[in-house]
Formats: sequence, C-alpha cells, structure tokens
Amino acid sequence: MLEVTKIACVRGSRRLFDNLSFRLESQQALRVLGENGTGKTSLLRIVAGLASAEAGDVSWSGRRIGELGEDYRRQLVFLGHANGLKDDLTPLENLKQALALAGIDATLEAIRDSLQREGLGAAAELPVKVLSQGQKRRAALARLGFCAGKPLWVLDEPFAALDAAAVIRLAATIAGQLRRGGMVLLTTHQEVALPGAAVDSLQLGAA
Amino acid sequence: MTPVGAGAAFRAVLERDLLIALRRRADVLTTFFFFVIVVSLFPLGIGPEPETLREIAPGVVWVSALLAAMLSLARMFSGDFADGTLEQLVLTAQPLTLLVLAKVGAHWLTTGLPLVLIGPLLGLQFDLPGDALWILVISLLIGTPALSMIGAVGAALTLGVRGGGALTSLLVLPLYVPVLIFGAGAVAATANGTGAGGHLSLLGAMLMLSLVFAPWAIAAALKISLE
Repeated sequence: MLEVTKIACVRGSRRLFDNLSFRLESQQALRVLGENGTGKTSLLRIVAGLASAEAGDVSWSGRRIGELGEDYRRQLVFLGHANGLKDDLTPLENLKQALALAGIDATLEAIRDSLQREGLGAAAELPVKVLSQGQKRRAALARLGFCAGKPLWVLDEPFAALDAAAVIRLAATIAGQLRRGGMVLLTTHQEVALPGAAVDSLQLGAA
Repeated sequence: MTPVGAGAAFRAVLERDLLIALRRRADVLTTFFFFVIVVSLFPLGIGPEPETLREIAPGVVWVSALLAAMLSLARMFSGDFADGTLEQLVLTAQPLTLLVLAKVGAHWLTTGLPLVLIGPLLGLQFDLPGDALWILVISLLIGTPALSMIGAVGAALTLGVRGGGALTSLLVLPLYVPVLIFGAGAVAATANGTGAGGHLSLLGAMLMLSLVFAPWAIAAALKISLE
C-alpha cells in the first residue's frame, strides 16, 4: 500500500502543493488531474523517489521509501514524460535492455511479440529516432506488458500522443494490472474509461 | 536482488553504451583523431630536433590524452539525461554505483583504450626509445581509466547546467593534474634512465582510489541533478 502524508512541493519560489495526503491500495487507481504547471509531474517524481518533497513522507507498506531504497524500486514501474528510449537503438534493443535492467527475464520472441501487439511490427527493427511520437510512446509502453510482477505503476501522461486503438489497448493493460491487485498512479488530460476499475481522482491546483 | 541480477544489469548497460558508440562512430572518432592530430602537430611546430622532441614527448602525449578525455566528457550522461534513460537507471533495483561503473567502463573502452593503442605509434614520431614506448603504453593504460572516472564526476555534477561544458573543465582539470604529473613522469623517468616504478605505482594508486570513490560521487551527483 502506498501512503502519501502531508507532502509539499516547492519549485523555485512557487509552492505547487502543500499538505497533500492520499492512499493507494491494492486494485486502486488514482488519476491526478490539474492544469499545466500545477505539479502533477512533480508529484509523480516524488512518489517514484526521483525528487524529494519539501515536507511530508511517502511510505510503502508502512515504511518510508527513502529507507526502503532498492526494495521499493523493485516494486515500482515509472514511466516519465520522457520515453526512456535511446534514439540510436531500435525499439527491440531498447526493450531488451530495459528488461535486463529491471531484472525481468524475457525471450527475444516474447519481446518481439509484445512490440508486434503494440503495432510496431516493422518498426521494431528501425532506430527509434526515425519513429513518430506515437510510435515512440508505444515502444516505451510495451515495457508494461512485462511488468505484471510489479505492484505499483506510476505513469506520467501515458495516453499522450497515442491513437484511439492504442489508448484502448493501454486502458486494458492498466485495468489488467488493477485486476491482478496492482496499483496505478497516473496523470492524464484525457477522459479515458478503464473497464471494470475503480478510479479515484485527485485535483491539483484547485485552491 | 541476486548478484546475478546485478551482473546482468551491469552487462546490459555496458552493452547498450558500446552498441550506441558503434552506431555513432563519429563521436568516438572525433576524440581519437583529436588526440592524433594534436600530438602530431607538435613535431611540426617545434622542428625536427630529436633531442628536443624526446624531451617533450611524454608531456605532449599526456596533455593531449587529457584534453581528448575532456572533449568526450560532455556526452557521458547528457544523452541519458535528455531522453529519460537516466531516470530509468536511477530507478532500477540495482545499486546505481554499479551501473555508473558500467557506463564509465564503456566510456573508457570507446575513448580511452584507442588512445592507449595508438600511443606507441605517436611516441615513435618523437623518437622515444623502445622501453620508454612500453612505459608510455603502460602509463596510459593505468592513467586513462582514472581520467574517465574523475571526469565522470565532473560530468555528473554539471549535468543539466547551462554552460556545463566549461564548468566541467574547470572542475576536472585540477583533479587531472596528479595523473598528468605521474603519467608523464613515468615516461620521462624511463627515458633518462631513473626507472618508472615509483611513478607507475602512484598512478595505480590513483586509479584504485578513483575506482573506489568516484562511483559513489557520480551516483550521488546524478541523483541530485535529476531532482
């Protein structure tokens, strides 16, 4: 269970949010809403442990994530604003390398299949730099298909740049994660239906 | 995670960076040719006096190696920083120090090792005797990994800072000085017959120190620059 207690975030001289608390339990998704610049990405980076909060704690199963360190990171999948793909490598090589880093065993066949399912059949062997924005995003999202064993997914604008079919596929992947008992924290500007899943919303910058 | 997982992650990072270097050969060749050209310009500028050339050879080769190492530092983490792969590296369940070591290792294999291999050929231009050529290779072999390790600390500290390149030079060059002194000193000592043992031992000690401490400094600096 993820528990965020009274965190505050300051960027430059602006206080983005203050005294923000929420809990995320198994089979739950939380959608962070807010206009641009209200701190959605900052919140996600704090939860992932990439940035530290000005005040307050983020805990996982009752322990602060700073103390847990690698044990927390093993439970976590983070997909940031940047895709985390190397331009000079192909989606296939990128995914293979990302999985090796995450300690996930996958055969080359399985990786190829997952890219095929994302609609990157022919593009899987092209360098990422020649792909379109949406294709890059899909190549990054293909990683999620192998992350069933990780309970917490933190996704920053996962639906951005995707076409309608890819949005439906991703919604199904997220719903599958929730059915398995996982948790998803995401930001999005789009209204996306997650079939059979309870989604709470958190509004930032309302004050 | 098991040590096997850590080993696999180390290999994944090393392989990835080597593969990228292979795809972007121009970057690697720039460093290499910079070194070759700078070293070769000195005999042309100074004139063909064998005495003078032998005298200046160790210093010229080592200063050029240092500048060549400098030249490639900016690229070490900036690409990973821009495309988000650095975030993913930091968020893996593996110790970041280990992954950083893999990155620096790949950097040395693509920029340091070529300098070591071409070193003796360039030494010949300066009429260095055979044993001094050997010591030149050995000193570069020990010294250039230390340059990569120390340089990586500077590159990580200035990551995402505007004008980071100039700042890296200011940070790193003073730290390069001991490596330069003992590296060039070893070759010079061999050339005038006093033996290079002491210099090489000190150079080795610097490499060991940088191998032990630099990964921690680099990992900490990278985490700060991601905040």
